[in-house]
Amino acid sequence: MKRYAAHQIVQLVVVIVGISMLAFAILHVIGDPVLLLLPQNAGKEEYERYHKLLGLDQPVYVQYWKFASRAVLGDFGKSWYTDTPAFNLVLQRMPPTLYLTAAGLVAALLIALPLGILAALKRHSFVDNCCTAIAVAGQAMPIFWLGIMLIIIFAVRLKTLPASGYGTWQHFLMPAFTLGAFLAPITMRLVRSGVIEIMNTEYIRTARAKGVGERTVVVKHAFRNACIPVITVLGLQFGQLLGGAIVTETVFAWPGVATLTVDSIRNQDFPVVQCAVILLALIIVSVNFLVDLIVGLIDPRIRIGA
Amino acid sequence: MASVAAKVALEARETPASRSRIRRITLRRLWRFKWGVAAAAVLLVIVGSAVFAPWLAPDNPLTVDIQHRLSPPVWMAGGTTAHLLGTDQVGRDLFSRTIYGGRVSLVIGVAAVLVSSSIGVLLGLAAGYFHARVDWTIMTLVNVMLTFPFVLLALAVIAVLGPSLLNMIIVLGIADLPLYARVVRAETLAIREREFIMAGRALGMSHPRIIFRQILPNLVSLIVVIATLQVARVIILESFLSFLGLGVQPPTPAWGNMLGEGRVYMLNSWWIAAFPGLAIFVTTLAINLVGNALRDWLDPHMKL
Repeated sequence: MKRYAAHQIVQLVVVIVGISMLAFAILHVIGDPVLLLLPQNAGKEEYERYHKLLGLDQPVYVQYWKFASRAVLGDFGKSWYTDTPAFNLVLQRMPPTLYLTAAGLVAALLIALPLGILAALKRHSFVDNCCTAIAVAGQAMPIFWLGIMLIIIFAVRLKTLPASGYGTWQHFLMPAFTLGAFLAPITMRLVRSGVIEIMNTEYIRTARAKGVGERTVVVKHAFRNACIPVITVLGLQFGQLLGGAIVTETVFAWPGVATLTVDSIRNQDFPVVQCAVILLALIIVSVNFLVDLIVGLIDPRIRIGA
Repeated sequence: MASVAAKVALEARETPASRSRIRRITLRRLWRFKWGVAAAAVLLVIVGSAVFAPWLAPDNPLTVDIQHRLSPPVWMAGGTTAHLLGTDQVGRDLFSRTIYGGRVSLVIGVAAVLVSSSIGVLLGLAAGYFHARVDWTIMTLVNVMLTFPFVLLALAVIAVLGPSLLNMIIVLGIADLPLYARVVRAETLAIREREFIMAGRALGMSHPRIIFRQILPNLVSLIVVIATLQVARVIILESFLSFLGLGVQPPTPAWGNMLGEGRVYMLNSWWIAAFPGLAIFVTTLAINLVGNALRDWLDPHMKL
């Protein structure tokens, strides 16, 4: 277990360094921050002065080192737009994003678990075909369009739910469902194939043979074991889920990190963009890391294989 | 031997009874892929209408007609046959704009997939074939990219490069590349241990020859299936970027930016946002169904 954990930690560090380089490159290699900061009619002298002021005359690796060593301490520079530290701005917007992600995950499970199990138990039946059809349609659905259609139906027509914003539980319903619909198809497929595989194993036959009721067989014996692959994949899909949350936020004007990022991009406020990108990536990487560790603990085959 | 077999086959084909049997089997096979075939037909219509848009669209997609702005689709009260799907906020014909909008999505979708599949496949082949340091370097890069949400990466890069058709293709092409690298690497690892590769090496074949002549042909059907399915994903992402105003810029009609513009008017004029979104949905659904059928047809055991 120790070797496995060490292996995972090395990988974690490499990935984090890689991400910080990528975020650094986004601004410093591809774009020229001075051109973005100065007004268009600024002279060459002014340009040189700013160039030096931002430390851009130094070699790239020195610049990166400065950027990284400050970033480790949570200093991503000040927002060019509001002149407050970028780190604080992003941190403030983090809770709504995480709540939305959690709500989306719950919604996805509420949709995917019952349908997936039902489809697996009644394989090749009408119910199974319906579930497959829903999954196929769900995968093709652009979720920002789904969100807008929900707003048109429930907020504009029926006037039952708030169209956008944040605060009460009603505000959570449509965004959570939208995000859930994004993750549900793949989860449902996983649950279905997991349960099918397990229903064919010998210990299920044994359980049935000793007279355990069908409900207990499904819930206690099959479902618990089918959970392992689902947890693994869901953990690894966390990045996708957060990506989906970004899309969902922009549709419902959710005051999270994603709307902040999109606004900052529109305002060309790059310190904030950089900070948001790095923090989101850090969260994803840590979740993946934890999932790997937990799975390694549960299933010895995995940690030995690594 | 071979000529005898050919003769038998020829004779077998000539009897009318067996001919109808073959036809029946062909039909049954085709019936198995009924959804794929239907989706392919739908896709053909969508691609055809995008290609022949100038001849098919009833109106110029950019012609502003302020007097008939926000007119509803033809089946609603107040709709006219002049604008089948209604008009947008400045009176442009939505039907024509939806037809033209497909051009942007399809061009970007296909071009980005060509970029990502060619680079991704090369990386995957190299990682799987050469092992060790090459493998480690490439896979670390791929893992870094995979942990990044696709959307976030695309957003960040577009923010710096600025939105344009070419930039969209580059960004989406690069963001989409890890998937190919990973799948191709795994397959290459398995194939490289097979006997015919060892035989090739024993015969003194060069590495490039083994990679491109012996390994790559075995991966073609897998790559084709992934690439098909990825076109749908790229189209959704492209339309999302355009929806945010970071993709294809107005007034060029693209499904994404039409949806974005329509969002503002959804209180009274739902159709502006509804139809471009429906177009995205139908297109990606058709592509996914074609991709799934392609997978079942080429190799039913493919793990995807």
